Amino acid sequence: MEWLYLLLNTGLIAALSPLSLGIIRKAKARMQNRVGASTLQPYRDLVKLFRKDEVISEDTSWIFRAAPYLIFGSTLALAAAVPLVNFTAFSPTGDVLVFAYTLAAGAFFLALAGMDTGGAFGGFGASREMMMVALAEGGLVLSLVGASFIAGTTNLAGMALMLPALSGGALVPLILLAVSFAIALLAENARYPVDNPATHLELTMVHEAMILEYSGKRLALVEWAASNKLLIFTAVFVNIFFPWGIAGSALTVLAIFFAKIALALISIALLESVMAKLRIFRVPDLLLSSFVLSLIAILIIVV
Amino acid sequence: MIEMLVTYGFFATLGCFIAGALLSIILSGRGAEKDSWLFAHALAVFGGLLGLAYGTAVLISGEAVTIQIGGALGFGSNILDFRIDGLAAFFFAFISGASVAASLFGAGSLKHFLGAYRLGAFGFFYNVFIGGMLVVVSADNALLFLFGWEIMAIASYFLVIFERKREENVRAGVLYILISQLGATFLLAAFLLLYRFIGSWDFDTIRASIDLVPPLWQNTILALALVGLASKAGVIPLHIWLPEAHPAAPSHVSALMSGVMVKTAIFMIIRFFIEFFPTPHMHWGLLLIALGAVSSLLGVLYALSEHDIKRLLAFHSVENIGIILLGIGAAVTFFSLGIPVAGVVALAAALYHTVNHALFKGLLFLSAGSVVHATHTRNMEEYGGLIKVMPWTAAFFLIGAFAISGLPPLNGFVSEWLTFQSLFAGIALLPLLPKIVFLAGASSLVFTGGLAAACFVKAFGTTFLARPRSSAREHAHESSLIILVSMGILAAFVVIFGLAASSITPVLAHIAEGVRGLAENPVPLVSPAQTIGLGGFSALSMLGVAAALGLGILLAYIITSLTSGRQKVTVSRTWNCGTPLTSRMEITATSFSRSLITIFRRVLRPTMQSEVEYHDAVSRYFTKSKAVHLSLPDLYRMYLYGPATALIERGANKAKRIQTGNLNTYLLYMFLTLMLLLLWALK
Repeated sequence: MEWLYLLLNTGLIAALSPLSLGIIRKAKARMQNRVGASTLQPYRDLVKLFRKDEVISEDTSWIFRAAPYLIFGSTLALAAAVPLVNFTAFSPTGDVLVFAYTLAAGAFFLALAGMDTGGAFGGFGASREMMMVALAEGGLVLSLVGASFIAGTTNLAGMALMLPALSGGALVPLILLAVSFAIALLAENARYPVDNPATHLELTMVHEAMILEYSGKRLALVEWAASNKLLIFTAVFVNIFFPWGIAGSALTVLAIFFAKIALALISIALLESVMAKLRIFRVPDLLLSSFVLSLIAILIIVV
Repeated sequence: MIEMLVTYGFFATLGCFIAGALLSIILSGRGAEKDSWLFAHALAVFGGLLGLAYGTAVLISGEAVTIQIGGALGFGSNILDFRIDGLAAFFFAFISGASVAASLFGAGSLKHFLGAYRLGAFGFFYNVFIGGMLVVVSADNALLFLFGWEIMAIASYFLVIFERKREENVRAGVLYILISQLGATFLLAAFLLLYRFIGSWDFDTIRASIDLVPPLWQNTILALALVGLASKAGVIPLHIWLPEAHPAAPSHVSALMSGVMVKTAIFMIIRFFIEFFPTPHMHWGLLLIALGAVSSLLGVLYALSEHDIKRLLAFHSVENIGIILLGIGAAVTFFSLGIPVAGVVALAAALYHTVNHALFKGLLFLSAGSVVHATHTRNMEEYGGLIKVMPWTAAFFLIGAFAISGLPPLNGFVSEWLTFQSLFAGIALLPLLPKIVFLAGASSLVFTGGLAAACFVKAFGTTFLARPRSSAREHAHESSLIILVSMGILAAFVVIFGLAASSITPVLAHIAEGVRGLAENPVPLVSPAQTIGLGGFSALSMLGVAAALGLGILLAYIITSLTSGRQKVTVSRTWNCGTPLTSRMEITATSFSRSLITIFRRVLRPTMQSEVEYHDAVSRYFTKSKAVHLSLPDLYRMYLYGPATALIERGANKAKRIQTGNLNTYLLYMFLTLMLLLLWALK
């Protein structure tokens, strides 16, 4: 039975993640006074890519060919851990450290795939990606660990279950942790102000630079994995750091969850519309401030 | 079977190494260089297998084994006493196990040394080196321990300078032996002080009557021992010999020195801080955590700035020793504050990382050695695209890189997870000061993990992926079968120690309890369903993680094969904005890590010097050539070792004044000294 829930979780995340990307793009378009593409456009893109022929660089090795499968697979494994409907099922990837390090494993292979092409783009994209992963790790891990200290468990689903039961005072540090996690979310998902997801200008891109050589079904997998990752982060963000509306019947829980997710996605769009991208050497300051916020929050919690 | 092993295994193991050493010398003396090399390594393989079996057998039998050679030979003294308890058996087993793989690799690399150097001496010192390490961990007596310690140091010195035609190897060896002897002096001082208060060299007596040592002297002894052991472990700032000496030795010796020899210091740190002094002050635990945090973070930062593949790996040893020290420091703190359950978990985490590091660092050094054999250079900027000619070596290096970066589902992740958990427990349970230190330790471990991943993307990517960067690949080829087998063994253990974590942690917890004599109330590190559980706070199921990842990847394959089966795959060139792509456009190891080094410039102090040469010196419009030199200054030599050496030299110059060269003066000195000593003795 637990397995069924975990599979359902995974299926929901994978099925809805392109939609979440569509919502952000639509909201951004509206804020720029454009009509924008349909929210379903990412699905059409994926279908198109899956049907296209592929061109693979002659310089690459099996790493380049296997990486999309490994990256997509790792996001599916993580999707099982995200607390969506059932909060009692034990997912092996639900431990916060497993969660953070499985994400890093995905980045590891993506960066290797970027280097494997032998072009200048892939290499510097990989270099920047690993720099950001290394520096974002502090805020990502410690914000989740801080929430674990409040909840008394390091399992994401358990945390989502425990946190709403706590009184208001205990949740104050959660606000700091939420800001810290939000910064990590933006950095890990290649969003503003760290990376521009829409660009193909050499000087500004990170994530896009690594996947430049992909085409066809492998590009579809990589893009899909990226949107999975975005939805996973958003889901963890709303259910751990805004843990309200979790009790109740499955249907209301799901409705409230979707409302929260939509709100979070539109906030990302809003943020991207009002902010400029940071210079690359200003990004570490942002990531370190995310880390320091988590440190302060943890000290408040445990002292 | 097990009983027989427990009784005779120790002698059989050491016998193999002694036979290997002697046979190597004898055969080489008769001119059979090739045979001497092969026999030396074959006997080391055999001895390693026996030692592995022996250590495991002692662990299974669950009782400490005492071997008294002195008594048996009838000279009454207990100077030749060995005692193999759980901790010693654990170290005995993994030192032996690592030497099996290293010796196989060594046997396979014969052709690179044949004819160039004297192989008999190498075989002798190689076997003596491993035997010395085994004596160190099984000695039951300070004098025997120090004897083994020196044997190990001197034998490894000769291994470091084996390729003596390169001047830098000899220089590295001198630095190594100097710091090694300095450390041994501190250690000797610690044992002499213990002898002064306790009156015995026996570890048993030391354990039993440690209360005879006054508290102030306890701290002095611990400080002396810590300096001596930290210099062998390569803890920053006593690490400067490590990135010089480890890469200088042949690769299989590097694997042993980096993966195993530095662990003998970890072994003795556990003995001193947790066993000999059962309740040292909490501050020692916090100091160990601080040292661990600094070593792990700085170690990985220095590794990032390296483009010599073996030096890069050597700096990662500094990093991993730091991670082990985080666990030991947490254990010392917990024990001193009376929380043995958490202490046992922390010590088990440290032991787990100790063996894990031996496995993946051994694997990485061997596969790096395979690359160096094939390309004849250690400079990563000259590699590139090796995965196509050396697919197996690449796969093994990738497994090692993945494990050392602490990524699931391999073994590095499990021990880092356990270390994290013990640090978290400290943050939740302890008073304010230790809380803050534990939090700092956890923070450094978080960043260390991410930076190590970045460093190994760089190492693997520039070595094996993309296009060749120089002509080094032209003659490169896959290594011989025996070398691949040696790496395969270690790679298999890296995977097993990741997936079977829930079967390994109880064993390690049991060893940790044995160190404290806590066998009555065992710590449950394992909950049902193959999960490592820690009192409801967190649980880890490595098989579950691996299954989830495997299922996810399987689903990815199913989805793609369902949606797109008929599409064509064309192989073509990498897009480069329409211009032809050359290997100079690829990212280099230096530029890969340059952004991270720039971010940490306050700590690393990178320097950049540029040179420009013009065609026309007057007008300076057209440049002829430009060069940029990037480097990291050695801050430790500049600010620590340099001034210390200068101080000693100044002192020596002052002392020179009493050297008159006149015989009568020297006789006067002797007379005065004698008088002073007599006066002191009569008082």
